[in-house]
Amino acid sequence: MADLTLPDPVTRHDTGHASRPRHRTRSVTPLGEKLIEWTLLACGLVSIFTTLGILAVLLVEAVGFFDEVSLADFFGDTQWTPLFADKHFGIWPLISGTFLTTAIATLVAVPFGLLAAIYLSEFAPARARRILKPALEVLAGVPTIVYGYFALVVVTPLLQQVFPGLAGFNALSAGLVMGIMIIPMVSSLSEDALHAVPMSLREASWGLGAARLTTIFKVVLPAAMSGIVASIILAVSRAIGETMIVAIAAGQQPRLTLDPSVPVETMTSYIVQVSMGDTPTGTIEYRTIFAVGVTLFAMTLVMNVLSRRFVKRFRYGGTR
Amino acid sequence: MSTSSVDIKRRGRNLGERAFIALSLVAIAIPLLILVGLVANTLVDALGRIDWDFLVGYPSRRASAAGIFPALIGSLWLIGLTALIALPLGVGAALWLEEYGGKSRLAGFIEVNIANLAGVPSIIYGLLGLGLFVRFLDLGRSVLAGALTLSLLVMPIVIMATREALRTVPGHLREAAAALGATRWQVIRQVVLPMALPGVLTGAILAISRAIGETAPLIVVGALTYMTFLPADPGDPFTALPIQIYNWVSRPQEAFLVNAAAGIMVLLVTMLTLNSVAVLLRNRLQRRTR
Repeated sequence: MADLTLPDPVTRHDTGHASRPRHRTRSVTPLGEKLIEWTLLACGLVSIFTTLGILAVLLVEAVGFFDEVSLADFFGDTQWTPLFADKHFGIWPLISGTFLTTAIATLVAVPFGLLAAIYLSEFAPARARRILKPALEVLAGVPTIVYGYFALVVVTPLLQQVFPGLAGFNALSAGLVMGIMIIPMVSSLSEDALHAVPMSLREASWGLGAARLTTIFKVVLPAAMSGIVASIILAVSRAIGETMIVAIAAGQQPRLTLDPSVPVETMTSYIVQVSMGDTPTGTIEYRTIFAVGVTLFAMTLVMNVLSRRFVKRFRYGGTR
Repeated sequence: MSTSSVDIKRRGRNLGERAFIALSLVAIAIPLLILVGLVANTLVDALGRIDWDFLVGYPSRRASAAGIFPALIGSLWLIGLTALIALPLGVGAALWLEEYGGKSRLAGFIEVNIANLAGVPSIIYGLLGLGLFVRFLDLGRSVLAGALTLSLLVMPIVIMATREALRTVPGHLREAAAALGATRWQVIRQVVLPMALPGVLTGAILAISRAIGETAPLIVVGALTYMTFLPADPGDPFTALPIQIYNWVSRPQEAFLVNAAAGIMVLLVTMLTLNSVAVLLRNRLQRRTR
């Protein structure tokens, strides 16, 4: 950094300062500076407009939907058949499909992710940690369409050899593969939380004669709990919003069930199903995707806000 | 945790500890092996199918004659436009937050907003694109509408990576430049941005490789699944690589699944190339700025 040469225009501006009339440097340059600042601020405001745009689009179309379908039907009916002649608009079959695939994914991701996090933070040599952490993160970077193909073409036939009754489209296969995809969300964030636990806490525990595993489970994990919970919530939220894996491998039959062996439909795959067809805009069928979208958006928003609460606690609130 | 490893090794490991470590290693190995298996399996399925005709061919009702050319060109259009839109906006937003916004209430509000947007499912962005770009702004189901949608989707990635990079520029460099009479923008333009460039580029490539694999929002925005011509300007209809793959995956015939595998390999190789370029670029630039 010692050899940092002075950029030219800075020098020019500096030396030219005295010779130019004072009002020019005062009025022209500050205006340019202000313009730049406003332009950059405008870029920042795009994010606010994006949020407003999402809310506006979802709400406008959803209001149109709820003009025709009552909230009582939406949350009271147990059938979802907007694309049939006999139309029912009960959201529960889509929610149960989403819940089922998400639950399976979470059951996979939490144990795998936590074990990985504990190993990486408490046992792994620095070099192994440097390699394994990013290696696991590759799992979250693979396009979901690839996982969908994998679930349909490889995982489902494999599972069918174990469970002969398994349908070609099912929640189990989609959920399992989705679980693998979200492992790094649990492992990376939890590892950060474990890593942030002060060394002195571990040393105190060892000093009292506690074994290494006892220290991990009685001292380190509890101290990092809010960060771990945050990572799990974030992973669940990602699973709820995941689309292509379930659209490809879980089927497109809205069904109020918790049976993982039959085809189901999630909120996201319903939106895909309608988008792939030629539903004319402005019809009630078209508006259903925005009503489903609002529900989905609300669920993930609540989870993300919750998760950030927990992260804040582990960052600022110390260990309690 | 290097601080702990010294005294721990001295204590030796008991049986429970060893079992726990073994279990953890298995928990790390299984997902990684599945990833390898996934790629290997797809590669085996795809190998016999990828050739020049596949790359420059048009879709066909016969699986063996079908190609991905319109999808490839569509994806190029999409990531090109997305980069043009999302990078300046994202870098601009990050610059304002780091260099101007400070701890103001507005900056805090924008920050919370970006964090929330990063957690919004991609299919919701599709609904936004459909409602805002396709319908309200009347862009139709065009490649521009798709790119605008993807731009909003990847903006949080660009912003976060850029902010991270800006934070690594030491404050005393800014002060030194300011003390020499540089205005705020001159400091940014000539001192801060050049030093942060490697980080910004990494963020850009991360954003692009996310955009290239996105499927759901493009389906909602209305990408075509069967396209026998190439988009010639941003107002034209389009298809994209992941859309073409989805189209093939959802057909019952085995032969189309092979096509899907071949398409996936093209997608993965493209992403891998992008990421390698990012790593190389970053290493080279880092060496230069030091």
